[in-house]
Amino acid sequence: MAKAELTGSEIVLKALEEQGVTEIFGYPGGAVLPIYDAIFQQNRIRHILVRQEGGAVHAAEGYARSTGKVGVVLVTSGPGATNAVTGLTDALMDSVPVICLTGQVPTHLIGNDAFQEADTTGITRPCTKHNYLVKDVDDLARVVHEAFHVALSGRPGPVVIDLPKDVLMALGAYTPKSKVKVKSYQPQVKGDLSAIKQAVEVISKAKKPLIYAGGGVINSGPAASQLLTQFVQMTGAPCTLTLMGLGAYPASDKQFIGMVGMHGTYESNLAMHGCDAMVCVGARFDDRVTGLLSEFSPNSKKIHIDIDPSSINKNVPVDIPIIGDVGHVLEDMIKVWRSSQAKVDAKALKDWWKQIDEWRAVDCLKFNQDDKIIKPQYAIQRLYELTKASKKETFITTEVGQHQMWAAQYFHFDKPNHWMTSGGLGTMGYGLPAAMGVQVAHPKALCIDIAGEASYLMNVQELSTISQYRLPVKSFILNNFYMGMVRQWQELLHGGRYAESYMASLPDFVKLAETFGMVGLRATKPSEVDDVIKEMIKTDKAVICDIHVDEKENCFPMIPSGAAHNEMLLGPGDETEKKISEDGMVLV
Amino acid sequence: MNAQTEIENSHTIAVLVDNEPGVLARVIGLFSGRGYNIESLTVAETDRANNLSRITIVTTGTPMIIEQIKAQLQRLVPVHNVTDLTIEGKSVERELALVKVVGEGEKRVESLRIADIFRARVVDSTNSSFVFEIVGDTGKLDAFIRLMEPLGLTDVSRTGVAAISRGVTGMDAVY
Repeated sequence: MAKAELTGSEIVLKALEEQGVTEIFGYPGGAVLPIYDAIFQQNRIRHILVRQEGGAVHAAEGYARSTGKVGVVLVTSGPGATNAVTGLTDALMDSVPVICLTGQVPTHLIGNDAFQEADTTGITRPCTKHNYLVKDVDDLARVVHEAFHVALSGRPGPVVIDLPKDVLMALGAYTPKSKVKVKSYQPQVKGDLSAIKQAVEVISKAKKPLIYAGGGVINSGPAASQLLTQFVQMTGAPCTLTLMGLGAYPASDKQFIGMVGMHGTYESNLAMHGCDAMVCVGARFDDRVTGLLSEFSPNSKKIHIDIDPSSINKNVPVDIPIIGDVGHVLEDMIKVWRSSQAKVDAKALKDWWKQIDEWRAVDCLKFNQDDKIIKPQYAIQRLYELTKASKKETFITTEVGQHQMWAAQYFHFDKPNHWMTSGGLGTMGYGLPAAMGVQVAHPKALCIDIAGEASYLMNVQELSTISQYRLPVKSFILNNFYMGMVRQWQELLHGGRYAESYMASLPDFVKLAETFGMVGLRATKPSEVDDVIKEMIKTDKAVICDIHVDEKENCFPMIPSGAAHNEMLLGPGDETEKKISEDGMVLV
Repeated sequence: MNAQTEIENSHTIAVLVDNEPGVLARVIGLFSGRGYNIESLTVAETDRANNLSRITIVTTGTPMIIEQIKAQLQRLVPVHNVTDLTIEGKSVERELALVKVVGEGEKRVESLRIADIFRARVVDSTNSSFVFEIVGDTGKLDAFIRLMEPLGLTDVSRTGVAAISRGVTGMDAVY
């Protein structure tokens, strides 16, 4: 038995410190008071007080996704933990490394329906990568170190550590990180070389190759994005990205053909449908990407690189699975490509690009901006151009809905870790706290939440946090007075009966900004958009921009649910001609 | 996808896990959360020194689903090893049942005669009842229980399948 020297709370903080944690997002309560007391007595870890625990998890997600580090959350037992559940599920779906410390009632009261007791490990078991209930203070340091290993290695994800109050107050021994060995969880990072060789052969023989990359490239680290770029340019193949992958390949490069999927570009979806070899790099054939599975890319050989074996052959059977970290695998693929002196079929590739250029010429993202009503696409296009011209490092977060898709379509990312959006879970209310977390990690950068007015209200309480810490977070609200995506689906699928999708009694966002000591700006005409954006960029305080956009605008192009990639709707004209099937109606 | 890959088969999967609270809930939660079947489930501590338990699951699914189940199990943090005993070489499967039969006269004699054929043992007896213990594969137990039905069967308790591979190789706990 080692010498007891620290309280459980001190052990937790010491372990966090050893793991390099400098900021945590949290909200106090009875069960975690001992940790708060320990935080009060030190100044190495800074605590950001949120206004609701859900905001803390999204802030930690934004922090994690913009830095590649683990985001840390501290909440109390019972309601503190249950409020964190949405954020944890979000982090699980989008593979974000988050550690959530939850308070718990003392061990002798567990199971007694004590005040603010909830079965936190039971509730969070399906929505975390792993969770722990620590019952012995001497296990505490080991568990925290192990939790960091689990959160960061393999496919990253959220980990909960449930901390009974008596364990936090007991005296125990500290175990340094170097003494902790994780026995069971050691994911494979190097890909199988023979599979890599086969993959290189398939790509070099392809006449119509396509590289389809996703969030796994970003999770693997900035080096993986560089390797992807190198590989795409070596092969001359077109590259498309998923919503989660934006930034993994520079959007300004000519080999980038736009986002794939439900609201992806015409050229990328048709390329996906028509290609004869597909390399899926750190993406997971999600239903938003594949559309109708039975019609998905029918004539291609599929290569799938993923660190998570359970992602392989889940939705789409693949020909060459490669399990490993995409960074390592891409590095090996580049080596094999070079050493085998692989060559592409230049003539076939030229024809393939000619075909893609024809699809590109359709210009699926075009829109008409008149001088009366602001088109949401125009607002984002201007936001992109003007932030780019400002030369400030810009991070974008979004809420969920039409504005999110327009942001993905019209804001272009050349670097990874600059785009934070809730992809898998589709959590409205994600963007504002996420932007707050990004701003905490990057105090000097321009952090903008592109929002819809409906989503924005879901975590609007975090304006108070933003105000308290003087975070210069910018909110760019595309206000169309509707839950736009809900309204769009009601128009497409339910005869235009807009049940409960109109946003009545909205606050005056300019005045809202003012009550929190922020700057509020409004644009109602296209001619005002540039001035508002310029004013926002140069203001070094938090700003809320209320951009009144066309209420009736829909998000196109679109693969309707239950349809294949080659059945895209390009605009309002297509809606009436192409009816959505009954099978499609039941899908989300 | 061709018809061949759509056929559902039964698979026996052995899972070596850390013997810690909640580990069974993790495994079962995975099955219910993702809509997989559990036909039988057996769990007990098998290696006290290394604090390991062995879970044996009999499940059904298409080859794609079975692959998914194994991959999903493998990525649980307390899971050390997942082995599909149905496809990875030959294996022995056994189940134990305790079967209570209540009756008198000719039926009682007949139950004892059948028990003898199946090599079931009598582990409890009164003037009007028997408790039989029978060991065998699932099919044998099913057959025995079916034959006992008209003879006064009142109660059955089954352990679920325990399985192990044949030959020299065992299940390794280390990666």
